[in-house]
This record gives sequence, C-alpha cells and structure tokens, in this order.
Amino acid sequence: MSTTAVAVATRKSLRFYDTTVGKKAVMAVSGVVLFGFVLAHMAGNLQIYEGPEKLNAYAKLLRAMPAALWGARLTLLLMVVLHIWSSVKLALLNKLEARPTGYVRHKSQTAGYAARTMYWSGPIILCFVIYHLMEFTLGVGGTPYQEGNVYANVVAGFKVLPVSAFYILSMILLGMHLSHGLSSLFRSLGFDHPRYTPVIKHLAIAIGTLIVIGNISIPISVLAGWVK
Amino acid sequence: MKLILHIWRQKNAASAGRMVRYEAGDMNPDMSMLEALDVLNERLIEKGEEPVAFEHDCREGICGSCGFMINGVAHGPQRLTTTCQLTLRHFKDGDELYLEPWRAKAFPVLKDLMVDRGAFDRIIAAGGYISVSTGSAPDGNAIPVAKDNADRAMDAAACIGCGACVAACPNAAAALFTGAKITHLGLLPQGEPERHERALNMVAQWNIEGFGACTNLGECEAACPKGIRLEVIARMNHDYLAASCHRR
Ligand code: FES
Repeated sequence: MSTTAVAVATRKSLRFYDTTVGKKAVMAVSGVVLFGFVLAHMAGNLQIYEGPEKLNAYAKLLRAMPAALWGARLTLLLMVVLHIWSSVKLALLNKLEARPTGYVRHKSQTAGYAARTMYWSGPIILCFVIYHLMEFTLGVGGTPYQEGNVYANVVAGFKVLPVSAFYILSMILLGMHLSHGLSSLFRSLGFDHPRYTPVIKHLAIAIGTLIVIGNISIPISVLAGWVK
Repeated sequence: MKLILHIWRQKNAASAGRMVRYEAGDMNPDMSMLEALDVLNERLIEKGEEPVAFEHDCREGICGSCGFMINGVAHGPQRLTTTCQLTLRHFKDGDELYLEPWRAKAFPVLKDLMVDRGAFDRIIAAGGYISVSTGSAPDGNAIPVAKDNADRAMDAAACIGCGACVAACPNAAAALFTGAKITHLGLLPQGEPERHERALNMVAQWNIEGFGACTNLGECEAACPKGIRLEVIARMNHDYLAASCHRR
C-alpha cells in the first residue's frame, strides 16, 4: 500500500450518471438496443434477394404503421444520443484528463485491436448513418431516388462505386465495433464468468462478422451485377 | 552484464522532469531490478550525483511498494512479477531499458520513479473495510463460508495495491484495484452487509480522484503481478448497479 497517505478527502456521493461505471452502463444498454436495430435492419435488407416486389412491400408495410415507425425512430434517436453522450464524456476523461503526461515508451500487452479503435470507428459509423439516412430515407444523397421504390434506389445507389466503397468500409468498422461492444457490455453490466465469458467473446466476433458479410453482400451483389 | 538505462529524473513534484541516460556496466544477472538501481545509486553517490529515488520495502513481491514502467510495461516484461522480483537475467547484455514512473493524474510524481499513491488509500478509506467491533475474537468456523467464495475472495485479496493496473491502463482507470477490494470483501459474510454502500462509495472516490474509466481492454489484468482477474471489475459493476437501483 502507498507510503504517502495524506488526509482523507471529504467524500461526496456522486450521482449515477456522474460516475464512470454509470456512464458505461448507459453506453451498454443503449448499445444493445442499437445492436437489435442493426440486426433487424439487416434481416429486412436481405429481402432484396427475393426481388423488388418483396422488398418494396416490406418497406410499405413499415410505413403503413406511422405510430410504430415514429416510436421506433424516436427510441433509436434517444439511444444514439445516450450512446454518443456517454462515450464522448468518457473519451474526454480518458484521453485528455486521466493521464496528462504520457509515457516515453509504451507497449500494449493485449491484442484488442477492435477495442482500441472504438474511438474512431464510432464517429465514422455516425457519419455513415447520417449519409445513409440522407441517401435512402430523405433522397438527398446525390444518387437517383424514387419515393417508395426502395429496390431501385438501392441498386442505383450502389452502382456508384465510391458510395459502395464507403458502405463496405463502414460495415467493416461496424463489425469491429460490435465485436468489442457485444462482449464488453456484459462486463460493464456486471457479468463475467470463467465458463461463459470466453464463449461470449467468440460469439461477439462471430456476430460482428456475420453482420459485415450480410450487409456488404448487397453492394457487392449490385456492383457484380447479380442484383439489378 | 551491461545495461543502458534511460531513467526519468525529476527533482520534485513541482519541477519538470526528463529522461537521463546511464551506462550501467558490470551488473550481476542474478540481481533484481531494484538491486541494479542500488548499485547504480552507489556509483552516482560516489561521483557526487543525486541517486535515483524509487519506492521499495519488502523486496519479495508482497508489499506493493515497488514498481515502475520498464520499456513501456508495468513491472517489466516478466508476467506475474513485481519489479523487486524481476531479475536482470531476463534481459540481454547491452539491452536498453526505459524506466519511467507510473503515469496518471491521480498518481502525481513526487521524485524520479516515485509517485504519490495516496489516491488508493482514499479509495480504501471510502469503503475498503468492514465495520465490526473488534474485541474478543469470535469462534473459528462460527460463520460457514462456501469454499468457492473463500477461494475467490482470497484470489482478489492477493492485490497488493502497487498501482500497475492504473499505470498499464490506457485510460489510467482504477477499476482492477477497486474491483479487487470490492470482490475480496463482498464475497465474505463479514463484508456482505456493507456491500452496496461500499460499491457506491469506492466507485465515487475512484472517480473523484481523477482516474479514467474502464473500457474493458484488459491491459490491467496482463500487468497485474498478482494475477487479479477482470472478473473483479464485473463484480464491482454489478454491485454498483445493484446498489444504485436499491438506493433509497
Ligand atoms: S518491494 Fe514489496 S512488492 Fe516490491
């Protein structure tokens, strides 16, 4: 124990959101909801392989329930705000405050590439989400857009190589982001067990990879001419 | 053997420091890292120079006093080994070693390789204890403890509070240390009654001291000379979240 103890600081209790553990829990829970959306969204998108009628009918079905649609949109927006708010607060603390003087030499002992890149994979994914909404929801992404014809919009959009490239890159980053986030959230919420944690880690990587493959298959199929 | 040592020299807490290069020839490979510094210091004193300040006490890996970064790794390259137990034979003749103090806002450098770890003491004071009346000793085995819990509490209690977890963490978080104390006390029946209050207070104190946040990277676990597992962080989070829900 330290040999240089000084007077005990007056203890004031911090509120839940003021603590690092509380913010991490907020990040975990909002992350789970957003992950659920990513999964459902991918399942919906994959209907593109069943042809234009099927995909467009699905899109119409979603729009036919405005209350549910807007409920979901507002919930997701709230989750995005909470996820970003907690991560920005913690990133500022970790990157700027907690270690004012860095090391001359520093060597990392763990592999955690995905974990270490969360700080920039997050912001890039946010840029992607904004562009994605502009392109396919608002129709102002600079690619051909027909109201209500999701299939045609997707095909026309992905024929543009830089757009497809940006999508593919973003999906790879999303997969990395999830492969760390999906296992890290268990510990943030208080669960770690010698038998299950290694399994969770592998599952998180597998799910992250599946999401990358499922989502990038669409721009690749369009570029290759398999989906027209 | 000969070592090239680049050591952080800093006169006091207020002054700026810098790395200084020393050639330490004629070193016995069976010496510990601290003994190597002892020899270096003797030579410095002979030359009329200021010796390098570093913390140490037991020199057998049990007190938690010693520790600095050796080539960017807390306590050096040997896993599960404190600086005092690290022998020079793990290095090659002519190796260059960079010795730096732990770096964290909550651990201000006092001099050279010494930092003030009073922040850890204040985290302990915030809840790292059990409130029982001491006096007559209770009967042994009066309170049964499940074997599994006793083992896990013992594993967590192996923490010597050296600060390597904070030093190794890219965020300078005190999660492994705080988690170890919360796990060690909370798993035993004597510590159970204050489990929630302890988690709230110790986590709050960790934050007040200015340590960073845990991002589940696992650098602390890799650096810990006592093999404390990340599991203790999950338990701390669990206790903290449960306590936050139960709080009236
Ligand atoms: S001097 Fe006691 S642990 Fe190293």
